[in-house]
Amino acid sequence: MSPGAPAGPASDLVGPAASDWETVVGLEVHCELKTVTKLFCGCPNSFGDEPDTNVCPVCLGLPGSLPVLNEQAVELAMRIGAALQAEVRPSTFHRKNYFYPDMPKDYQISQYDEPINVGGWLDLPDGSRVGIVRAHLEEDTGKTTHQGAGGRIHSADYALVDYNRAGVPLVEIVSEPDIRSAAQARTYAAELRAVLVATGASDGRMEEGSLRVDANVSVRRVGEQRFGTRCEIKNLNSLRSLARAVEHEAARQVAVLEAGGAVVQETRHWDEEAGRTIAMRSKEEAFDYRYFQEPDLVPLAPDAAWQERAAASIGLLPAARRHRLLALLGQDRTGAQEDQVQSVVDQGLDDFVVAAVSAGSPAPLALVRASNELAADVGAAQRLEPSSFAALCKLEASGELTATQAKAVLAELVEAGGGDPAAVARSKGFEAMSADSLAGVVAQVVEANPDEWRRYAAGDDKLAGFFTGQVMKVTGGKADGKAVAAELRGRREQQA
Amino acid sequence: MSSGGRPPLSRDEVAHVAVLARLALTDEELDRFTRQLAQVLDHAADVAALDLGGVVPTAHPLPLANVLRPDEPAPCLDRDEVLGAAPVVEDGRFRVPRIVGEAP
Repeated sequence: MSPGAPAGPASDLVGPAASDWETVVGLEVHCELKTVTKLFCGCPNSFGDEPDTNVCPVCLGLPGSLPVLNEQAVELAMRIGAALQAEVRPSTFHRKNYFYPDMPKDYQISQYDEPINVGGWLDLPDGSRVGIVRAHLEEDTGKTTHQGAGGRIHSADYALVDYNRAGVPLVEIVSEPDIRSAAQARTYAAELRAVLVATGASDGRMEEGSLRVDANVSVRRVGEQRFGTRCEIKNLNSLRSLARAVEHEAARQVAVLEAGGAVVQETRHWDEEAGRTIAMRSKEEAFDYRYFQEPDLVPLAPDAAWQERAAASIGLLPAARRHRLLALLGQDRTGAQEDQVQSVVDQGLDDFVVAAVSAGSPAPLALVRASNELAADVGAAQRLEPSSFAALCKLEASGELTATQAKAVLAELVEAGGGDPAAVARSKGFEAMSADSLAGVVAQVVEANPDEWRRYAAGDDKLAGFFTGQVMKVTGGKADGKAVAAELRGRREQQA
Repeated sequence: MSSGGRPPLSRDEVAHVAVLARLALTDEELDRFTRQLAQVLDHAADVAALDLGGVVPTAHPLPLANVLRPDEPAPCLDRDEVLGAAPVVEDGRFRVPRIVGEAP
């Protein structure tokens, strides 16, 4: 455990005699940095382009080419460090040598014994703290696609290589082995992703590979102080894969140990379809990378002023954003609202709620519209003017628009990226119904349906839905459902 | 010449390094390179024998730090030209032989 770390949440139960065993996990998260260009050359850092078009002599490792470090990658690495309470230190780059076609140079430039960020921690929403060992800069590798025999790694006939990704800047964030369950591993990865997005360092898109996770998993008897032998699990492409893989790997190790066997230190590949991990190579085959200092790069030592600028440029972090929304909701908030706060912050939509509340709308209403309607298309919603959203919430809060109308207007505002909700409402023919005209419509519907009214008046509340439906039909959906319900109850009480 | 306290370089170590460098060496070459590399290491061991406790390690021969470039795009190479230099190309990408083992 890192210093001062509070105890983590209860361990997951794994295997047959699960309560005897504790799962221990450390995660390595590779985060592609949101720069314009690669780490050591001016080729675009751009996902999804035509293969092998974003390449130059430097990232292809052609003779005579020289790497030059991207200033913005250093800036983003320091922001990540600041967000994780790490210490920025003078650092150097090394060559990690290996023969594999994903790097045309036959080495990857990475930071080895002198990384830019050292130490730190991440506090999780569940109250636990996970220590950070380091967060260092390195270049990404090219993308290999295995061909033939169904594209499986072990039986492929050959591979195709796209070097667009070779040289893309990465920060690798290595955690302490402080994680004690599959669920906590998932929570850590989700919180780290939100932090990386908040700092502007990452787009957080796991499905595009811009965040990739490896998990070091071991198990030990409860009460045992020493760590068990660990296995490294690769190919975790989603939070769900991460949680499943940790759970299955821990159960596998418990089964091996309970059968009297020993866990072999090795790298294992997560097979998402089969739902299990498969051995890839054992320690004896482990690579001997022959690290040595990169002679083409000089040391990196950002001065205090740059470090302070980088730290000051990170916006509010997710924990602070959640706290801000929870404070707006106040003490009598519900568990469902707390879940909405979590998802709204994870999706970067919390500024909308704050804008709406500042403009006078109740927080629960703004939160619902953000977590339901805006979250339906996060990409489009993030282009919306917060002031449009705030004005829309105000119209709904004051009763000038019904919930149904507000949703329709909001959809149009999101599509347009902004606008005046009152004008959109008028163009759709949404006019507020006055209380008088609503009462008139209710009276008319009640007279037209005397049998149903008798049953409702006798206490059959199910008929309220019937009458609301009738009123909506007559008004073309313009009536406010809550106002109709109130009018119905009022009429019944008057009659009684 | 001093060995600096290090055990002499073994033939097995040279064979291991040859595998890492993907070099196929004959028995005769292994003997010869073991001898030659041992001489090189002996020479370096002269430095290891000195008391360098107070000397800061040299990161780079040039007294420079923070050589950086702005995050601005520069032209890339033409893809046809790039792939034209490859032994085998398929589907606009480099084609490489079957890969044994997994990426590090």
